[in-house]
Amino acid sequence: MNDTSTTDRPGPSPAGPPREQGATSPENRRGVLDVLARFQGVLVPIVALLVAFAIGAALIRLQGVNPAFAYTTLFRDALLTESGLLRTLQKATPLILSGLAVVIGLRVGLFNIGAQGQLLWGAIGAAYVGVHLAGAPAVVILPAALLAGIACGAVWAGIAGLLKAYRGVHEVISTIMLNSVAAGVIDWLVSFPLKEPGQSIPRSSAIDPAAELSNLGFVPVGFVVALALAGLIAWILRRTTAGFRFDTVGANRDAAHYAGIRIPLVVTAAMCASGALAGLGGAIETLGVVGRYETGSSAGLGFDGITIALLARANPLATIPAALLVGVLRSGAAGLQFETGIQPEVVDVLLAVTLLLVSIPVLARVLFGRRARDGVSLTSGWGS
Amino acid sequence: MTERLLQLRGVTKHYGPVRANHDISLHVDRGEVVALLGENGAGKSTLVKQIFGLVTPDAGEIVVKGDTRPISGPSDAIARGIGMVHQHFQLVPVMTVTENIVLGHEPISGGRVDLPAARARVQELSDRYGLAVDPDAEIADLPVGTQQRVEILKALSRDVDLLILDEPTAVLTPQETDELLRVMRELAESGTSVVFITHKLREVLAAADRVYVLRGGQQVGEVATADVDEAGLAELMVGRSVVLRVEKDPAAPGEEVLAVEGLHVADDRGLPAVADLSLSVRAGEIVGLAGVEGNGQRELVEAIAGMRRPTGGRIHLRGDGTTQGGASGAVGEVDLTRARPDRARAAGVGHVPEDRERHGLVGSFSIADNLVLNRFTHRLFARRGVRNRAAIDDNATRLREQFDIRSAGIHTRAGALSGGNKQKIVVARELSARPRLLMAAQPTRGVDVGSIEFIHSQVVAARDAGAGVLLVSAELDEVLSLSDRVLVIHDGHIVAEVDPATIDRAEIGRLMAGGRRDAQALADEWGAGGEKQGPAH
Ligand SMILES: Nc1ncnc2c1ncn2[C@@H]1O[C@H](COP(=O)(O)OP(=O)(O)OP(=O)(O)O)[C@@H](O)[C@H]1O
Ligand SMILES: [Mg+2]
Repeated sequence: MNDTSTTDRPGPSPAGPPREQGATSPENRRGVLDVLARFQGVLVPIVALLVAFAIGAALIRLQGVNPAFAYTTLFRDALLTESGLLRTLQKATPLILSGLAVVIGLRVGLFNIGAQGQLLWGAIGAAYVGVHLAGAPAVVILPAALLAGIACGAVWAGIAGLLKAYRGVHEVISTIMLNSVAAGVIDWLVSFPLKEPGQSIPRSSAIDPAAELSNLGFVPVGFVVALALAGLIAWILRRTTAGFRFDTVGANRDAAHYAGIRIPLVVTAAMCASGALAGLGGAIETLGVVGRYETGSSAGLGFDGITIALLARANPLATIPAALLVGVLRSGAAGLQFETGIQPEVVDVLLAVTLLLVSIPVLARVLFGRRARDGVSLTSGWGS
Repeated sequence: MTERLLQLRGVTKHYGPVRANHDISLHVDRGEVVALLGENGAGKSTLVKQIFGLVTPDAGEIVVKGDTRPISGPSDAIARGIGMVHQHFQLVPVMTVTENIVLGHEPISGGRVDLPAARARVQELSDRYGLAVDPDAEIADLPVGTQQRVEILKALSRDVDLLILDEPTAVLTPQETDELLRVMRELAESGTSVVFITHKLREVLAAADRVYVLRGGQQVGEVATADVDEAGLAELMVGRSVVLRVEKDPAAPGEEVLAVEGLHVADDRGLPAVADLSLSVRAGEIVGLAGVEGNGQRELVEAIAGMRRPTGGRIHLRGDGTTQGGASGAVGEVDLTRARPDRARAAGVGHVPEDRERHGLVGSFSIADNLVLNRFTHRLFARRGVRNRAAIDDNATRLREQFDIRSAGIHTRAGALSGGNKQKIVVARELSARPRLLMAAQPTRGVDVGSIEFIHSQVVAARDAGAGVLLVSAELDEVLSLSDRVLVIHDGHIVAEVDPATIDRAEIGRLMAGGRRDAQALADEWGAGGEKQGPAH
């Protein structure tokens, strides 16, 4: 295939020979670039990450610590000890789910900024059931708590879905506002009606031990569930009519309407599915890690989901490596602080730089020139 | 000696295995109109995109006014005096006509865009070239024909020595087309060269001085228009002789398939577009809807297809339910007045939408997915919500072959196809569903002569198999030659029914112009439409 450019060269035309000689080497370089450009989806995030690590190294150096040592500490802590690995996978679990939540939105052209609020509702919903069904057998209380988390997240996201579908309210605005409302209302709930008796800090009582999600060695059960869901969602999007509806609405609304797809239904369903995933993430955090609802314990998980979904370029399976990466960084950051005194916020800088480089098309342009794929906009504009 | 404005030498562009352009050499002199002719996918758009700096050649040289530096991009091309109107619109839908035209070179006063000045400039351009536009209209509200006019004005609003037009007439009405051909000749006489792409041989003969013919990415011929006629051009293009007239037997109409009674439909702005309209289409006949664009055709078709809610009246579909499109329960009479698109389709309505980019296709999907775009839930293509990929691919392989869709394979992105091949996807999908009622809006827009011949024969075959066909086309020739019966629509009403075999063009032009004051002028123009306009040599 590659040799067409050399064997099928223009015949012996007058201008032929001199041009041919001059063209050989740039031609080959082009061929390599063409091949690389095909793997743009993988290469751009990797290069972005390397750039981010370099910038992070400079920041660490400024604080008087050897960057190589700092990074080694971070990764060793997160990956090479059993407790570190468990912690990493526990962190990655809600991240996969909130990443998937954002991915589902992106596939129908919606930017769900509200995974954070949906996740909090999932966490408190699961905690409520885990506390109030105390005494019930595990086969009842555990599924009930998980379902409660899923339902709470779905309903909360469904509000934004309905507003978008039937009133045209832009989902970015509604989900940002719903995030604030969720944080406020849930804070109130755990400060008053659901507060642990006799406690001064705002948190719920501990859940019944029967509702706890266990670990299989260093692998949390929740992590396995998250992996399975990533696979399931990838399959749904690729192989089912529901997935086809989602992608059609996301890619061309007018064509979706022509094709007989009911856009308001799809938009609402997608938001509910998105919220259900985020809510499950919150529920697993409550049942598998925290053991109760505690204000601040799930901070930022939903927002990391946005980073993960964009790193994964809206591909459900790619959320797994993306979430693992963020999980490793977040999990290793604690040890890093302990051993070197470097603030864990350096991880936020790494992630922010990576996200910036991935989402703006500049990097792809620098790497691939005009071979860069047209900046596919992942979401609909403000007008639609 | 004439000045050589543009010289291409050995220009080559491959997309993977596809040889979009291969070793193409040609030239354009100052003050010339040059036409590029070729089948769908022959490489015409690719070639002009390279001249405009949108695509970088793999090999070869593009020399503009003696300057051999490679063209680095569209802004470089514009700086060197090249303007281009694309095959697919590049306008910002939420902005006004004026804003779109001055975008990128806005008149500035006091640090802000001087809108009154911009507006005046647009008005002046519009008057100078006789391309009427409302400077304050929002693009999203305009019909495609008007949008195309805005595109042309936008290109002309910069100083250009070479204007490239990629299928500029595909969406224009015959009068607008004639106006544009006149503008092209005027530009050439005032020293601006024009390169234009078209599939309409009449336009080539009317406006161009010379023609280059491309086939399979290669330049296979160059002729002066003075030395050739339509049949000769067609043969040069396709490599065989082409039947330019539709061959069909007289219709044998059966039962009524579509009954529209007292229909009212509003346009996007909520204004009445179709008012108290009634019509009927019978099985086994092709009913043509002739009318100047924007007289309610689009709204009527969309209402029948279920994409637009009528504000009054009734739409009924009847039939014996023997055609494949008829789902269970669709036998007999179905009320489609308030049906959604999926129900209209299940009842047996097929619809080739007039705007294929917007409604007919999803550019990021594969050809295979686009060929089932509105039938993806059909039991052939999905079971219990799981898509049957083998069946979807088989369908695609068969239709790609049958409709001669030129692409690397069935999994190619539809957006990467040439314009005419995109159109063939839509037509193939709708015809293959064997609808009871086929509505075809501009079914051959942007399609090459060989494929027009094929699509026409397929529409006739659908008719002969018992489908009712409602044909909407801006091509009067197409309406008159393909239809068994012609309805004239004006201002949302059917104003006449005529026999396409006997009606004369002047008469139908008068009817299409309705009660307008300039009816006589229009009628004259239509009457003259059949004659060849002599290019000014
Ligand atoms: N970006 C692209 N990627 C891959 N293939 C492409 C791309 N652009 C064009 N092609 C292929 O190159 C060939 C030439 O396409 P081009 O658009 O130039 O045809 P055309 O002559 O303009 O046809 P039409 O008359 O239908 O507009 C086609 O086979 C098309 O599928
Ligand atoms: Mg083209």
